[in-house]
Amino acid sequence: MATETAVAAEPVRKTSSQAGDKIARLTALFFACTLLAIVGLLVYELIWRSEPARAKFGWGFLSSSEWNPVTENFGGLPFLYGTVVTSVVAMLLSIPLGVGAAIFLAELAPAKLSNALTFVIELLAAIPSVIYGLLAIFTLVPLMREYIEPFLKATLGFLPFFQGPAAGVGYLTAGLVLAIMTVPFIISVSRESLLAVPREQREAALALGATHWETTWQIVVPYAKLGILGSVFLGLARALGETMAVTMVIGNLVAVHASLLWPGYSIAAVIANEFAEAGGKIYPAALVELGLVLFGLTIVINGFARMMIIATTKKGSKR
Amino acid sequence: MLARRKLVNMVMLTMTGVCTVATVAVLFLILGALLVHGASSLSWNFFTQLPKPIGETGGGMANAIVGSAEIVGLAALIGIPIGFLAGVYLSEYEDKKFASVVRYIADLLNGVPSIIVGILGWALLVVPMHGNSALAGSIALSVMLIPIVTRQTEQFLREVPLALREGALALGACKWKMIATVVVPAGSKGIMTGMILGVARIAGESAPLLFTAGSSQYWGTLTEPTASLPVMIYFRATGPYEEWHQEAWAAGLVLIGMVLTANILARMILAKGVSVPRG
Repeated sequence: MATETAVAAEPVRKTSSQAGDKIARLTALFFACTLLAIVGLLVYELIWRSEPARAKFGWGFLSSSEWNPVTENFGGLPFLYGTVVTSVVAMLLSIPLGVGAAIFLAELAPAKLSNALTFVIELLAAIPSVIYGLLAIFTLVPLMREYIEPFLKATLGFLPFFQGPAAGVGYLTAGLVLAIMTVPFIISVSRESLLAVPREQREAALALGATHWETTWQIVVPYAKLGILGSVFLGLARALGETMAVTMVIGNLVAVHASLLWPGYSIAAVIANEFAEAGGKIYPAALVELGLVLFGLTIVINGFARMMIIATTKKGSKR
Repeated sequence: MLARRKLVNMVMLTMTGVCTVATVAVLFLILGALLVHGASSLSWNFFTQLPKPIGETGGGMANAIVGSAEIVGLAALIGIPIGFLAGVYLSEYEDKKFASVVRYIADLLNGVPSIIVGILGWALLVVPMHGNSALAGSIALSVMLIPIVTRQTEQFLREVPLALREGALALGACKWKMIATVVVPAGSKGIMTGMILGVARIAGESAPLLFTAGSSQYWGTLTEPTASLPVMIYFRATGPYEEWHQEAWAAGLVLIGMVLTANILARMILAKGVSVPRG
């Protein structure tokens, strides 16, 4: 009697658990698909909402500098230019700073100190963008206006990059803020790829009589170069899309100037400033089109970054 | 020659130290400046009063503090379950090809500039509802939160040892019971850390809220424009009045206090070191 019930109960329990498994699997799959749906929706909205502007201006949108909401004539060049210039300035400053600090943390500092400092540096990455903007407006901008920009004009003023007004706000200040904001990303990814370099590489170089620096610069850094390059692209993608801090210090002037001291504008900044008030059909569409351009730019740069970082981890796991 | 090499060695190694000190110093300069400027204008009124017109004293940002809590809370309610279950899928149920597509898409979404997420929130909710609302802000922020939680959940579930899973299966548990009662509890510390860090990150975002939640001088319901701390900092800091700037500093101090507390708390939950989500 007892054995009969046990035998009868067995298949029932099994099917119910199998059904449970199926439901659980489908639920998880459903939520994984939400991610695809969100990105699909994002791309669809960006393309569809920018349609009026794309139809009216075509590719000329990217090369025109006119931005006139009254006549509804829009061109994106000043913003694209500002986005690229500020990001390039940021990278010129943050690559040496970030790679230098990563070398110190990976090659010189004792493990405990290195971990503590890395934690502090990663806190820097957690600070909200608007706080960087707040600090920059009230501390960095006056400093730039009173001391740094007049100094640059006096010493390097013969170069086209350091002429014009010294208003404190502009490409250079925005680039400086972006440099500070991207350094933590460069440091933490570069440090990890430097730490992944096998010990034998260092020992071999040192045994051949290389100094500590020569070992680091000629052996360790080249070995980790893909990871470091990945960290740079990661930082670049951040810089391109950064909104609030740039909006607060770039000066918000629709113009293209070779000099870094001039105020300018960036894609993210113009969307932040004008989107809420943009009326009519063409105006918001032009802003969404700028968003589409920025979206494409960051996707490509992020793609490069991932490819390089994945390549280094694969290299590591093979060993 | 050797002397020169030794000199180069010393100079360059010192330079790397200088780079590190400079970067770390920035954090302390930021905290110092916020403390000096913010503490002097922080008062009880800041937490309990609504904003007052220019010229009147004693105004505060109570509505923005509550508004931030409301928007971020709802975003967490939407984003955490979706992100968590997507992460469970990636770690536990992967079909090789589809999972790598989902993983790629999660990283892609993680890298989308926050202002563009704002455009999505605007298109999905502000346009059909004919106006800004806290709800639209929450949706925008949850879009930022989902990929962070997904990747963190996946990462920490993967670290759960295979032996634990095999043990559960050998005892006769079916797969979903194994996941729910063995794998997820084993990875819960890391997952919690990821969630706290993710929520702390979206709590500081202002770009996606500018034209979704908007701003307001008053208390708001879910379907009305609602002020939030980061957006108020932006408007106060870029405004023309000295009183506004003082309020911006005070709000900045409160915001950074919350974000740093959450970050340090997350580290304490996860006793061993782990990277801040990035990408």
